[in-house]
Amino acid sequence: MTVDPLIELRDVNKYYGELHVLRDIDLTVGKGEVVVVIGPSGSGKSTLCRTINRLETIQSGSIRLDGQPLPDEGKALARLRAEVGMVFQSFNLFAHKSVLQNVSLAQIKVRGRKREEADQRSRALLERVGLAAHAEKYPAQLSGGQQQRVAIARALAMDPKVMLFDEPTSALDPEMINEVLDVMRQLARDGMTMVVVTHEMGFARSAANRVVFMADGRVIEDRAPEDFFTRPESDRAKDFLSKILKH
Amino acid sequence: MDVLTDNFSTYGEGFLGTVELTVFASLLALALGFVMASFRVAPVGSLRAFGAAWVAVLRNTPLTLLFFAVLLGLPRFGLVLPFKVFAVLALGCYTSAFICEALRSGINTVPKGQGEAARSLGMTFGQTLSQVVLPQAFRSVIPPVGSTLIALAKNSAIAGAFSVTELLGTYKTLSELGYDIIWTFLWIALGYLIITLTISAVFTVLEKRWGVAR
Repeated sequence: MTVDPLIELRDVNKYYGELHVLRDIDLTVGKGEVVVVIGPSGSGKSTLCRTINRLETIQSGSIRLDGQPLPDEGKALARLRAEVGMVFQSFNLFAHKSVLQNVSLAQIKVRGRKREEADQRSRALLERVGLAAHAEKYPAQLSGGQQQRVAIARALAMDPKVMLFDEPTSALDPEMINEVLDVMRQLARDGMTMVVVTHEMGFARSAANRVVFMADGRVIEDRAPEDFFTRPESDRAKDFLSKILKH
Repeated sequence: MDVLTDNFSTYGEGFLGTVELTVFASLLALALGFVMASFRVAPVGSLRAFGAAWVAVLRNTPLTLLFFAVLLGLPRFGLVLPFKVFAVLALGCYTSAFICEALRSGINTVPKGQGEAARSLGMTFGQTLSQVVLPQAFRSVIPPVGSTLIALAKNSAIAGAFSVTELLGTYKTLSELGYDIIWTFLWIALGYLIITLTISAVFTVLEKRWGVAR
C-alpha cells in the first residue's frame, strides 16, 4: 500500500517549549488508505493529526501532501487546507449558523460556489449522514452525535483529498458513538483517504488498513490491524493493549 | 422654566450639535475599533504592534489633551478642517481604542475551535474573522460597546470648549442672558439624558435580538 503516497511525514519534530511532543516521526499514508492512530494520552497522536493541515507548526522535518510541501502561511496554506477535511473532538460547528449554513459556508467562501448550488450539495450530504430533517436547526439543538455527523458533512462538502479525524467520538455519550462510526465506516468503504486518531479499537479492527501505535511522541508500531491486535511486538503496545482490553 | 421655552432654538441647535458629534464619532469609533481589533489578533506581528500602540496612545491620553493636539496641532502641519470635523476625529479616534478592547475581549470569548474549524476548511484569516469569530464576538460585546458609546456622547461636551456648537456650550449664551443657572443646567442634563437613554434603548434591542442566548 505504499504506492501513490498522499501524506508523507519525514523526520518530523515538534516541541512545546521544553516538551518534545513529536520525535522523528516518519509516516506515509497512501491514496485510499485508512490509517488509525492509537496510543495513550499525551503520546502526541492528536498533535500529529493537527500538524498535517498545519494547525500545529513543526520545528523540523517535512510534511508533503500529494507531493507538495506544506506552505508556511497565507493564501497558499488556506488553499491546501481546503483539500484536507478535519473533524474535531469537540465538533466545532459554527454556533451562530444553522446546520445548512455550517455545511454551505466554506463552499461559498472558499470554493466560490453559488448559494443554491452549495445548499443543494449540503442537503445531499446531510441526507447521506442521516440529518436532512435537521438542516434548519442550530448546532445547540442537536445531540453530540448529530453535531459530529454535521461536522463530517461540512468537511466532505469541500471535496477533500483526505479526511483527518481527531478523536471524533471521545466527547460523545456511548450510545451516540456508533452513529458517527457508521458514517466513518461508510466513508472508508467509499475509498476516502483517512487518518483517524481514536480510542475505538473496534473501529480500528474493522475499518483500518493500518494501525499506527504511538507512545511518548514516537511511532512504535505501524502494522495491519489484525497483526497489531493479536501479536503486538513492543512491550509498550502489549502493556497498552492489556490495559484497554481487560475491562 | 421659561429658560427652555424662550430659548428653544438655542437648545435645539446645541442638542442637534451633540447628536451629530455623537453619531459621526460613534461611526468612526466603531469602524476604527473594528480595524484595530482585527490588527491586534492578526497573524502579522507588525499589525499587532500597530494595534497595540494605537490603543496605548489613545486610551492613555486625556481627551482634552487629544482635542488640543488635533484642533491646534494638525493645522500646524497644514491640515485645516472645520472644527466640527476635528472634534469628530478626536472623539472617534479616542473612543476607537475602547471599542477595540471591548471587541477584543469578545473575540477572546469565542472558543478557539471555532477559528480552527474555519481555518481547517480553507478560510483565510479575514474570512475566519468576519464570517465566524466576529459575529459571535459581537454578541457578547453589545453591553460594553453600548457603555462606551454613552461615554462618547457625554465626552462630546469637551468640543464645546473649542467653539463647536453642542449642548453643554449653550449654557454660556444663556447665563449671559441672565437666566437661572440651575434651570439652564437642568434642561441641558435632560438633553443628554434623551441621547444616552436612546443609545441604551438601541443596545437593549440589539441585545434582545442578537445577544447570547442562555
